[in-house]
Amino acid sequence: MIKRNFSGRMHVFSDNIDTDQIYPGQYLDVTDHQEMARHAMQGASASFAIDSRPGDIIVAGRNFGCGSSRENAAIALKASGVGCVIARGFARIFYRNAINLGLPLVVCDQALELGKTGDRLSVDLASGAVTNLETGREFAIEPISDYALSILDAGGIKPLMLSREG
Amino acid sequence: MHALHRILADHAGLPRVSAGEIVNCRVDVAGINDLYPQTMYSFEEMGGVRVKNPGNVLIFLDHYAPASTIRQAENQKQFRAFAKKHDIPGLMDVNEGVCHQVMADKGWSAPGRVIVVTDSHTTTHGAFGAFSTGVGATDMACILKTGELWFKVPEIVRIRLDGSLRPGVYAKDVILHIIGQVGADFAVYKGVEFTGSLVPQLSVSERMALCNMTTEMGAKATYIQPDEVTFDFLREKGIMGYKVYENGPDTVYCDDLAFEVSGLQPQVAVPFSVDNVRPLADYVGTPVQQAFLGTCTGGRLEDLAAAARVLRGKKIHPDTRMLVVPASQQVLLDAMANGYISDLVTAGCTLVTPGCAACLGTHEGLIAQGEACVSSSNRNFPGRMGHNQGQIYLASPATVAASALMGSLADPTPHFEGGRP
Repeated sequence: MIKRNFSGRMHVFSDNIDTDQIYPGQYLDVTDHQEMARHAMQGASASFAIDSRPGDIIVAGRNFGCGSSRENAAIALKASGVGCVIARGFARIFYRNAINLGLPLVVCDQALELGKTGDRLSVDLASGAVTNLETGREFAIEPISDYALSILDAGGIKPLMLSREG
Repeated sequence: MHALHRILADHAGLPRVSAGEIVNCRVDVAGINDLYPQTMYSFEEMGGVRVKNPGNVLIFLDHYAPASTIRQAENQKQFRAFAKKHDIPGLMDVNEGVCHQVMADKGWSAPGRVIVVTDSHTTTHGAFGAFSTGVGATDMACILKTGELWFKVPEIVRIRLDGSLRPGVYAKDVILHIIGQVGADFAVYKGVEFTGSLVPQLSVSERMALCNMTTEMGAKATYIQPDEVTFDFLREKGIMGYKVYENGPDTVYCDDLAFEVSGLQPQVAVPFSVDNVRPLADYVGTPVQQAFLGTCTGGRLEDLAAAARVLRGKKIHPDTRMLVVPASQQVLLDAMANGYISDLVTAGCTLVTPGCAACLGTHEGLIAQGEACVSSSNRNFPGRMGHNQGQIYLASPATVAASALMGSLADPTPHFEGGRP
């Protein structure tokens, strides 16, 4: 089961953060996940890979993860220890990739009003709320679908597939 | 049901499906490209021993064709070994070209099929009336293990295109215009169907360009009802064994858009997003150091023909380099037979071997800080083709060639007065 309640420091990004920005094309031949983590968000922020700590939360606007289907984007965030991504919306291939890896994605209409980079957020998936712990402001989040939650709770799609014939 | 829903229902073994429902579908064609060695690792981590349907699997060594680094070479070596180990006959090595074009050339793109490739531009095969969509490596590993994948049945948007295009204006201009109007996330999770009086006038090549780019509005799949143009294309290639679906009378659309294209002028998507679209006329004269003709969006025979028509007997601007990358080996052979390669190389273009080339910023023609590139490709994100502050202008192949001639963004339509090539 993934945790229903967790907190972390937020890093704010804009609308349409594409997977080239999350994981630049020049590193696509890297296969080691920890090495991928060193380039996470490099196309959008030179400092994220250095500053981020396990449990940190990425906050972004619309269409996060648009563009290329490269799974490296989701792997780099997961391997960086990102606790979850909160955005106004996600592109569909990135959404599948992240859920398959066990990285929770949370839709929040007011994502870009949550606060500023460095603020601490508390996320409650059960009650459907995210709270900025600096300002005390609370915001509603959309529930994660049952199907996606079942994959997240299994620890990603791989443990679920282990039991399948093939 | 919509034809896309009927395809999904048949492949899920269900009498009907509805938008929003999650279904498990048999996959007819599963393509993996060389950016995704993680597919092999995930397959093993899932306890995969044998690939379920090796005859349905295609491996494309196209994004790094041919390898430019030792790591790329290592990854490709692993794919070749994986194909041997699992008796996968469909290994398309570095001589073949971009996956989507190779699939069309060799007859894997056909009506009614469920086609899944580890590439976001897999929506391309909607041009043939297939359900086709892109996934990541681990989803592909699920297909290798089980022959199936889960899908959320998408809602469908209908886009009607009416009228006829002016000479020198192309499907690429149409789709850029639409994306500029609706935005980069308009069709996220949705299917997009193109109908209207323009569609029967479009070649398979132009339909592929249209469907390819719906990815840039977030679409999951695209659909064009197969017609005589489709059937002629398939017949010429000797392709049989497909099923044509049609929309039922109860088809529901979540959105209905209409565009009249007769007056459309050439378009350009300016940095740094694909929905940042303007009439080309607003940007004419913007200097470009590189012109890039190629990719799964704009590297087909007709695209090279348009460029050759613009550049035949002329020389490109001395301050601009132009890369020509035929999308596939077949495109290269046909372009040679028609004299286009000779026309383009004589005009000063640089010929690059079939593959994805510079499109994704990994090799074969990157741009430096502050440089601008006019490109027939599909993305102009920051850093997409090299330096983060390089500027990419997306346009039609004809615009790419006309701009290379002038050394700056230029209107191609004067080159086409008197008809299309």
